[in-house]
Amino acid sequence: MTLIQAVFILFAILTLGAGLFTVLSRHLFHAVLYLILSLVGVAGLFVLLEAEFLAGVQVLIYIGAISILIIFAVMLTRGMARNPGPPLNNQSLAAAVIAGLFFVLLAPVIAGFPWPQVTQGVPADAIEALGRSLVDPNQFALPFELASVMILAALIGAIFIAREKR
Amino acid sequence: MIPLTWYLLVATALFCIGVYGVLARRNAIAILMAIELMLNAVNLSLVAFWRYLHPTVTTGQVFALFVLVVAAAEAAAGLALIISVYRNRETVDVENIDLLKG
Repeated sequence: MTLIQAVFILFAILTLGAGLFTVLSRHLFHAVLYLILSLVGVAGLFVLLEAEFLAGVQVLIYIGAISILIIFAVMLTRGMARNPGPPLNNQSLAAAVIAGLFFVLLAPVIAGFPWPQVTQGVPADAIEALGRSLVDPNQFALPFELASVMILAALIGAIFIAREKR
Repeated sequence: MIPLTWYLLVATALFCIGVYGVLARRNAIAILMAIELMLNAVNLSLVAFWRYLHPTVTTGQVFALFVLVVAAAEAAAGLALIISVYRNRETVDVENIDLLKG
């Protein structure tokens, strides 16, 4: 096993272990912290895939913004956090069976398919090409603008929904 | 070098953990966090496919970026809805949120 594979296994265990604790932990605040750990693991895997820009965006947006938003929501609904009760509902066994079966069905298909080996390296200007393709009218300029309008609409809607009604 | 299979298996496992969380948790915020895990799994597989199949084309990374934007919008709108429900019903337990039940 090479060093890079050992690093991969480390990040994979971090991601999956923290993900498992996210869905299982009794206290909601601990679940958020485990979620952040899991997102760090995914960012590490992005670095291993040589997608450095996405790794940075993952840290900034997911860890910096979304998890802070979730922490705010946890604290604003504090009554639940103080008196959690059982974290899982009464269909948790069936849910475990379904999720487990999904993995058991999917894993052999993935493992058995003859995926190609890496043939090309990432070009040195990959990040520049990514930035250019986002504003190039022939590539992703329109989806990019639509995404920004969508997130603006979502944020305005979020403010309108969550605002205190008088 | 790491085989593509490993990345896809990690992404699948993460997605299944998310599925379990969505189906089994009672707290609405926990369900939202499980959805974030599923979106991350999809992003991981998108970036892995980009790296292993077409690293010279930017489409794979752009799709991952759009998934991220949708995730941010979903988190903002979802958490606003949860806070609104909490304000009206004093609970975020999805088993007690049954306003539309006939």
